Amino acid sequence: MGLRTFVIRRLLLLVPILIGVSLLIFAVIQVLSPMERAAVYMTSEKDAKNVDAIIKKYGLDQPVYVQYFIWIQQVLQGNLGWSIKQHRPVLTVIIERAPATLELAIFTVPIIILSGIYLGVKSAVHRDKFLDHITRITSIIGWSLPSFWLGILLLAIFFAALGLFPPERLSYELQVHVFSPYSGWVRYTGLYTIDGLLNGRSDITLDALKHLVLPVASLTIQIIALIVRVMRSSMLEALGKGYIVAARAKGLDKNEVINKHARRNALIPVVTLTGMLAAGLLNGVVITEYVFHIPGLGQFAAVSALPPPDLPAILGFALFNGVLFVLANLIVDVAYAYIDPRIRLG
Amino acid sequence: MGIKSRLKKFRTEMDPNIKELKFTMSRIKKSPLSIVGIVILLFFIAIALLAPILAPPGHPSQRGDPYMMPREGIYPEPQPPNSEHPFGTAQGQFDIYYGTIWGTRTALRIGILVVSGALAISLVIGSVAGYYGGIIDELLMRFTDIIMAFPGLILAMAVITVFGPSLDNIMLALVIVGWAGYARVIRGEVLKVKQEDYVEAGKAVGCSDLRIIVRHILPNAIYPIVIMASLDIGAIVLTAAALSFLGLGPPPGFADWGQMVSFSRGYIYANPQDPLKYWYTWIIPGLFIFAFVLGWNLLGDAFRDILDPTIRRR
Repeated sequence: MGLRTFVIRRLLLLVPILIGVSLLIFAVIQVLSPMERAAVYMTSEKDAKNVDAIIKKYGLDQPVYVQYFIWIQQVLQGNLGWSIKQHRPVLTVIIERAPATLELAIFTVPIIILSGIYLGVKSAVHRDKFLDHITRITSIIGWSLPSFWLGILLLAIFFAALGLFPPERLSYELQVHVFSPYSGWVRYTGLYTIDGLLNGRSDITLDALKHLVLPVASLTIQIIALIVRVMRSSMLEALGKGYIVAARAKGLDKNEVINKHARRNALIPVVTLTGMLAAGLLNGVVITEYVFHIPGLGQFAAVSALPPPDLPAILGFALFNGVLFVLANLIVDVAYAYIDPRIRLG
Repeated sequence: MGIKSRLKKFRTEMDPNIKELKFTMSRIKKSPLSIVGIVILLFFIAIALLAPILAPPGHPSQRGDPYMMPREGIYPEPQPPNSEHPFGTAQGQFDIYYGTIWGTRTALRIGILVVSGALAISLVIGSVAGYYGGIIDELLMRFTDIIMAFPGLILAMAVITVFGPSLDNIMLALVIVGWAGYARVIRGEVLKVKQEDYVEAGKAVGCSDLRIIVRHILPNAIYPIVIMASLDIGAIVLTAAALSFLGLGPPPGFADWGQMVSFSRGYIYANPQDPLKYWYTWIIPGLFIFAFVLGWNLLGDAFRDILDPTIRRR
């Protein structure tokens, strides 16, 4: 099977999964009270005063399967419901808040992957030595720390006590500048580190970086064990292979063998981890953004879930996340098939 | 059949399992990290068992519920550790020492109930899908795919917000999110065992499907998955604590570690000059969560190597 056939087959498989995801969320909506169900369809404040019209318009008095088709049409048009707490449509909130989360992810993912691979390789090469033990123990400790507790601890030390790295996204004066319509600030991407450079305000970029240190550190400490563990065992497996022994026996330099022969092959299983990494991040940002006051998607989920819950928001967000995660896994699978021909041939 | 012959039959039946167990135990003894993990876990099990002695319930403010932390008054400001309250008191004068001790029971209960619930569902779905195959397999496995298509925490949050915040609903949500992964593994194992001759023999002598699955397939398929699942208790307690921290768990005053930390974020922001002012309200329960989860993860890390068939016998 060629790569193209594999991709097409994988894309076709996507359809039933996405339908299933939507059916699951729709099933959960059915548990809600009629008022809450109406809120799932609203797109403006005006609608909230006119629930009867909503019920008529979206056929909430119709049989369930009719309701599903009306609902899925709305969803496909981008109507994910009305967020009661944010007073805006859910999709608008998601678009507004995505840059904050994206910025966090852009800085976290490379750090996790690169340092995870580095530590995993070092750990495997020095198996059962001091370095291996330290790496393993530290990554297990990071994996076991309650994310919210770690965040609060980091805040207490580095923000409150030392005054080094503050929470939120920007300092107050700069927030005023960024949000003021008269300041001449142009919002290119919504990522302050990049917009700062594009606007010629390197001070804003620096300030945004300073605010990113703690949340990025917190996410890295929690998730890095995932990469270290797999990289270590896959490297161990690669180091035991015959071609490694052969290369060494021929008198090739040890570092050359580790870096060129073993590591390259050991990297393949790490690609499959990207899916788990994506899930770890999507889960992780909920707590991290909540603790560090970052107005991103995770904080949106956390605030929506706080009692009394904002049900349309949390369900719309869950649907969005489900689709996002399914697409992330698709990309991982395709990348994996591209890197390792055995997958698409097997 | 007399008890003796029954015991003998049981022994011969269980012999391969016992041998495996002995081999596993010998492996564990060689791994110092897993010993540390076991010691930590034994410590917590002892705390849970001895809770009524370590922190006797019966304070009038508990109204007969031992899982509610006793309180003296309703004064909002936490009080530092003193002779009467060794870990101090939280917002609303709940005794933190009592909460951490009984919180151990809560944590173990969450872990054990969620793992057994998820295992029970996954055993039924995984073995039915693997044994019958065909369209049943296809339907059940696509259903598990859908559950696994969501990031766990977010699906759990959605379930809890719909059913309302409480500890029971946290557990329910974690079961709903957690069974799918196990079901997939069990199905794979059942597919393998199904090919064995003794299953064919069972069919030939006319055993019912139920009997074949329960008596012949499952005992040969579930040993690794049950251990792997029980090692997830640490991760489950961690997620439950996070949900509880977000305010989706039991009400304030319930002996639950996550709930006990939930006020602490505000303390840091409220006292930037003295961030550790109320340290005892969150550092102590947080350390309990951390140590508990660490114990499970240390054990789990060693077990993953031991149970991995590719490196097991090396």
